[in-house]
Amino acid sequence: MTLSAVQTRTGLALREVTLTYPDGESRMTALDRVSLEVAPGEFTAVAGPSGSGKSSLLAVAATLLRPDSGQVLLDGQDAGALAESARTALRRERLGIVFQQSNLLASLTAVEQLLVLESVRGGRPRAARQRAEDLLASVGLDGSKQQRRPHQLSGGERQRVNIARALFGSPSVLLVDEPTSALDHERGGQIVDLLAEITRTHRTATVMVTHDRDLLGRVDRVLEMQDGRLR
Amino acid sequence: MFVALRDIRFAKGRFALMGAVVTLITTLVVFLYGLTGGLASAASSAIAGLPADRIVFGAPAGAAPTVSFSNSTVSPAQAAAFAGAPGVVSARPLGLSMTRLTTSEAAATVSVLGTDAGLLPPLKSGAAPADGQLAVGSETAALYHLTPGRQVQVGPAKLTVSGITEQRSYSHAPTVWTTVPTWERLSGQNQPIALALSTSSGSDPGALDNAQGTKTVAVADSLTGINGFDAEQGSLQMIQGFLFVVSALVVGAFFTVWTVQRKPDIAVLKAVGASSGYLVRDALAQAAAVLVGGALLGGSAGAVGGVFASSSVPFDVSVPGVAVPVTVMVLLGLVGAVLAVRRITAVDPLAALGANR
Repeated sequence: MTLSAVQTRTGLALREVTLTYPDGESRMTALDRVSLEVAPGEFTAVAGPSGSGKSSLLAVAATLLRPDSGQVLLDGQDAGALAESARTALRRERLGIVFQQSNLLASLTAVEQLLVLESVRGGRPRAARQRAEDLLASVGLDGSKQQRRPHQLSGGERQRVNIARALFGSPSVLLVDEPTSALDHERGGQIVDLLAEITRTHRTATVMVTHDRDLLGRVDRVLEMQDGRLR
Repeated sequence: MFVALRDIRFAKGRFALMGAVVTLITTLVVFLYGLTGGLASAASSAIAGLPADRIVFGAPAGAAPTVSFSNSTVSPAQAAAFAGAPGVVSARPLGLSMTRLTTSEAAATVSVLGTDAGLLPPLKSGAAPADGQLAVGSETAALYHLTPGRQVQVGPAKLTVSGITEQRSYSHAPTVWTTVPTWERLSGQNQPIALALSTSSGSDPGALDNAQGTKTVAVADSLTGINGFDAEQGSLQMIQGFLFVVSALVVGAFFTVWTVQRKPDIAVLKAVGASSGYLVRDALAQAAAVLVGGALLGGSAGAVGGVFASSSVPFDVSVPGVAVPVTVMVLLGLVGAVLAVRRITAVDPLAALGANR
């Protein structure tokens, strides 16, 4: 399914989202009437302790989980109202996800990690090669490193490929899951600075989930998550 | 095939091992297929190659007719009834027996087929046999140095070679051809064992069978009347069948394990927008690449081996003899792969964000 290319970029909005999980005979509330709006060009961090619901928030925003109630709007489109195949298409065309572990495919080189998305979109990977190389260079990975496979790259380099892959489809919403958990403090700071720059230059509505409070000074807005509620 | 080809390149060892297994099984199947064809030809080419479309079997008085060359006998009255029936172009008598051919240098078991010149295989030299003469196949002639005009002992009679025909055999013995009266003299029988019919659209073999107490079948179906033909062919075909099943299971097992190992990658690709259809197509293309590569290599090895083997064992080397098993291997392997890669549809993209959120 192809979504409308002319759809206006309005960023990400969650409205009164509630998500529960089965917990024995009862249900545990992971998200409790959470509302959130992130505009294009805005870098928002969601911080909180483990189990507070940060990752559930990210999964719902990424359309990987369907909430019990409430709306998830990507560029104004209600993901909850879409069928599975349409949500897959929405992720393909509107969303970029920076995974916690870089989650790169072992058999692909750095540039191929991006080109596979062109193949997934039904395009011609060969024709998109220059764009992929430019994007990798823009996140600080150029030259021969673009031809290396994940095991030949450092943790910081893998995370840069992870970010470039998330940006390859020109997403309007960028979701970032604990991007520094596998990096030392210095490299973690560099990655968050890069994400802040990308948010400005690519005009993405960026939501970063983190438990690392040292990073919070580099974002536009910080929200606290506690027991499934945003403050 | 973007990911498929790169996975193969990355995991060369695993895919080479799988390809080698497909290659070896295909080689074995092509060998068996050629051997089955060769043995079938050695058992039946004298009958299968007859320029006729039906064989009529009879039975001794009081017995029911069956499709059996060793039990059948056709009376002159039955032969005349078929010859004169509407739609029957020709009803030629067939006499069949096994005996010994002896030359001054060697002796061999041969099948003697007594009939008229119209059923003879194409002649390569000489003439069709008259009474007291025989025609021999080209390989038999070369093996025993037989040429037209030479005398040989066939069973109790001394016959003169009249001509050399294309090679045929019956019941794994080379066939020599003679007239029905000469065959009767050699075999001690006084009437043919079957009729070879050539019919046109107006014939009604069923009605003739009912009236004459005979059983008429197509030439291809008559081969089951050769002693041991069904058992021999059935055994070899069963082994082929088992090999095809084993191949499908091995391919299915490999791609099941491979799919399970790839689950994290599949989850990531789904999370970034790959549809299940895209991923299944990619995985099947990967299976097809391994199967086609392995089967083509195996088919080639089987064909080359068959060419060498055909000099010492009955072996049918032909394009269909290689193409059919190779195609079946690929198709059944793909069935196994389909059953394995359908697991892709069940992979949850949420796993890309971490398993236990």
